[in-house]
Amino acid sequence: MKAAPFLYVKPKSIDEAVALKERHGASARYLAGGQSLMPVLNFRLDRPDLLIDINGLSELRGVSNSGSGVKIGALTRHAEVAKSEIVKSQLALLSECIPHIAHPAIRSGGTFGGSVALADPAAEWPACCLALDARIVLRSSKGERRVEAKDYFLGLYDTARTENELLIRVEFPAVAAGTKAVALELARRRGDFAIAGVLAQAKKTGVRLENVRVVFFGISDRPVRLSAVEQGIAEGQPMETIHQAIDAGINPDDDIYQSGATKTHLAKVLLGRAVEQLRQ
Amino acid sequence: MNVQSKPGKGGYIGQSMPRPNAVRLVEGRAQYVDDVMLPRMLHVAYLRSPHAHAKILAIRTDAAKKAPGVVLVATGKDFANIEKFAGVLAHFKGMKSAQQSVIAIDRACWQGEPVAAVVAESRHLAEDALELIEVDYQPLPVMVDIERGLDADASVIHAELKDNLCFSRDVDAGDFDAVAARADHIVEQTFRFPRHTGVCLEGRSVLGNWISADKRLTVYISHQAPNMVQDCFAKLLGLPESAVRVICVDVGGSFGIKTHVYGDELATCALSMMLGRPVKFVADRLESFVSDIHSRDHLVKGKIAVTKEGKLLAVSFEDRLAVGPYSVYPRGSAVEGNQICNITAQWYTLEAYRARMQTVFTNMAPYSNYRAVGHPVAVGIAEGLVDAAARKIGMDPIEIRRNNLIPDHAFPFQSVSGMKFEVMSHHRCLDELVKAMNYEALRKEQVELRKKGRYRGIGIASMIEITNPSAMFYGIGGVRVSAQDGCTARMEPSGSIVILHGCGEQGQGTETIFAQIAADAIGVPLETVRLVTGDTEVTPYGGGTWASRGAGVGGEATWQAARALRHNILELAALITQTDIGKLTIVNGSVVDSASGEEKITLAECGRIAYFRPDTLDSYRPELCVTRHFVPKQFPFCFTNGVIACHLEVDVNTGFIELQKFWAVEDCGTVLNPQLVDEQMRGGIVHGIGPTLFEHCIYNENGQLQNGNMADYLVPMPCEIPDMVVCHVSTPTKETEIGAKGAGEAGTAGTPAAIMNALNDALLPFNTVLTDMPFTPEKVLKGLGKV
Repeated sequence: MKAAPFLYVKPKSIDEAVALKERHGASARYLAGGQSLMPVLNFRLDRPDLLIDINGLSELRGVSNSGSGVKIGALTRHAEVAKSEIVKSQLALLSECIPHIAHPAIRSGGTFGGSVALADPAAEWPACCLALDARIVLRSSKGERRVEAKDYFLGLYDTARTENELLIRVEFPAVAAGTKAVALELARRRGDFAIAGVLAQAKKTGVRLENVRVVFFGISDRPVRLSAVEQGIAEGQPMETIHQAIDAGINPDDDIYQSGATKTHLAKVLLGRAVEQLRQ
Repeated sequence: MNVQSKPGKGGYIGQSMPRPNAVRLVEGRAQYVDDVMLPRMLHVAYLRSPHAHAKILAIRTDAAKKAPGVVLVATGKDFANIEKFAGVLAHFKGMKSAQQSVIAIDRACWQGEPVAAVVAESRHLAEDALELIEVDYQPLPVMVDIERGLDADASVIHAELKDNLCFSRDVDAGDFDAVAARADHIVEQTFRFPRHTGVCLEGRSVLGNWISADKRLTVYISHQAPNMVQDCFAKLLGLPESAVRVICVDVGGSFGIKTHVYGDELATCALSMMLGRPVKFVADRLESFVSDIHSRDHLVKGKIAVTKEGKLLAVSFEDRLAVGPYSVYPRGSAVEGNQICNITAQWYTLEAYRARMQTVFTNMAPYSNYRAVGHPVAVGIAEGLVDAAARKIGMDPIEIRRNNLIPDHAFPFQSVSGMKFEVMSHHRCLDELVKAMNYEALRKEQVELRKKGRYRGIGIASMIEITNPSAMFYGIGGVRVSAQDGCTARMEPSGSIVILHGCGEQGQGTETIFAQIAADAIGVPLETVRLVTGDTEVTPYGGGTWASRGAGVGGEATWQAARALRHNILELAALITQTDIGKLTIVNGSVVDSASGEEKITLAECGRIAYFRPDTLDSYRPELCVTRHFVPKQFPFCFTNGVIACHLEVDVNTGFIELQKFWAVEDCGTVLNPQLVDEQMRGGIVHGIGPTLFEHCIYNENGQLQNGNMADYLVPMPCEIPDMVVCHVSTPTKETEIGAKGAGEAGTAGTPAAIMNALNDALLPFNTVLTDMPFTPEKVLKGLGKV
């Protein structure tokens, strides 16, 4: 469990980081929190020639307001997201996710941008990006470009980020005041990746739920938003009808511990609980 | 009377003394094998077979030999002069095994078996070079099917053995059929206990240092039995026993994983001998999963005969267990099944008992003794069947146990299978448990919560545990693992005491209890007692730490040695002070008048005279260093007993189980250090939670381990562990003066059954019974018909 040999460089600017990556291309990796990359290197499942350590780029770190929304720098640690007053007051959905994210050591090392760049289908941050219509900001020598979350997650560890682009921040539009957020997930052990997870948010008007957003994670190759489910909840359809929409919308693979059918069942149970909480 | 004349009456024994050596560990100043750095030291990494069973056609090592930092590349043929080995116990009739070589030659028999070694200047460079070795494999049929392994058409792993049977045993005591015919019900249940492994924080580690000028090999190793390593390594490497010195300083967890001889560890020492340089091997986490011993893996079909009044008449079962391709050296892979035949349900007053056990070779990782060998299965079968019987006749689980556990006054007692029990306390323990957990209140709460759609369950498991084994365990089978243990107690000139002991420390506090025993036995402050363990060159010959023998056997050796030293000190003091020895005792490091407590002479003054002015003692020669050995002889084993209760809640929509609490009442005789015993129970319970809810070495039909890493192999973490209440009942063994029985494994033995019974108690309204461990959410949902 020792990584194959590699070279290491710690650039002082984003420009320098991007230039290095463009020069070395697919044989180089950006290194942020290293919570996923380092095990992969030590297992020798990946063997880049060069690691470009971006941890010195302090401009990529922190949570701030931008216009009416919130931007989170790529190097912001999970623990910093958890502590951020801006997140607590304006991105309740992210705060709801914090208790599910790994363990303190991983929260202190792992980065927000790293999680979104890797796009693990069972991770919370990518699901949040999809639920909240986030824009992912990518940087290359040609400048910045923004990709809508719905166009960003393409498959298992596959995103719209091209090989050399550096994910520098994620921008969240403002969430309407009075919106309630729920994050539920099931993992065999606290802090493990979810077997099934659901993010849900809505605004409660009388007995009705409006602006319903539902994203499932851990049940497909990427986070999944099902508009039929959202519509069903908004219209107060019976749960059986909503379950049909889930059956039509997701088809999880089996894993070593549970079948796809179990995952679908759990997603339905979680959704029921999430809706119940939104209605309270 | 001397207040320290008997253990347990004042003094340190029975007190929760903190572990002095824990500070060093917490400060990060432990000395694990990987911390030992020797001049000219090299590192070895092993290439392991990716196939569960394959012929090795060719190995090309040229490129690896030329890689940077590489000193030697070796394959199985380079170790041909090392004797082959297999753990076959002579007293296990019909037991057999193929002979194993340190590194596979011609054929690999499990995924993870070493096939080549690279020795390099660093582990990193060694791993780089490993990638350059090319091996041509020809895959062979793979046997991993526990149910089909003995079929006539099953593929046989070792042709010379004719079949895949390692060992089988039948026990038929009483007339099962006749007794069962009198029962109102015969309840059947099938059980599955998963294959799992130990996951020590410190992986297996060894550093061999061959000094050719001295013709001596020093082995630093993370191990539980230094003298066993000395004996086995010397024999297999062709060295005299005296040429091998084994040093075990700090050991980061062991759990039985480190009581065996592993080919890669032996090969590391052989490489040191080939090169004349120190060579280190530290197993990394990935190779640990496929090369550390695995355990359990049982398929059991059981039956219990019960009357409608709740009298248990007879138990029978058939147990099939799947071991690795070789019987692990030297203790073998058959003790697990043998223990199960011996002890299952033997804590009940049964009239008949029938057991059939078959241990089957497979192409999975090697398999041998792991914490509480056999017991979790034996207790699981028995307590699972007892609860099934109770459900059948509608009797409370506590009541059916009260009706059938061996009465406390009935000891000594011989069980129907022939086990000899000196003394136990099942009913007192059960009474304590009912009180401690407030059983009636929990039952009421259960009823109330069910009305609200919440399903809690209460599970009880009574149990026994083999501890303090005599030579009937290994010695009788021709296995050179010592059942006796030795202790040297030495007084130094300052009056401080050094205890040298054959039984070492792996984090459980053995050294602390030995210090407590010695301090009380002599009459000195605890802080003046120093422990030396884990060095075959220095410590008296002993068996080490396994089968819960440290306190009961090692502790008694300490007591005997320290008492002998005390006598010698008093004899010297009597001479110096011209007092009748009968009037003297030792208190707090001074020899005092036993009636008045008046100080006669300090131990430091005794030491000064004995070591520097013996000329003043005329012809008397002080002997302030004594050694004593102890081995149990009256009983083959010293059985402990106890009862564990589990309280849990099942989310019937998700299948998730939330553990609420455990209560354990155990009887380990004299409790030497309550805190350490409690923590052994708690740690043992966690080891029981693991395979019941989480841990499972999952193999596919090709013999590939599917989850051999810390992300996919689920060990319980602190968030999964509930509170545990530990209580004690104490019935000391009379075989020793200290009266201690073992305490290290009981939690592991009883917990799986307690959880299983609690789960099935929770699911009672749904008319479903789950017995296939680990109980994953999916299995619960399937049981409930939800997926």
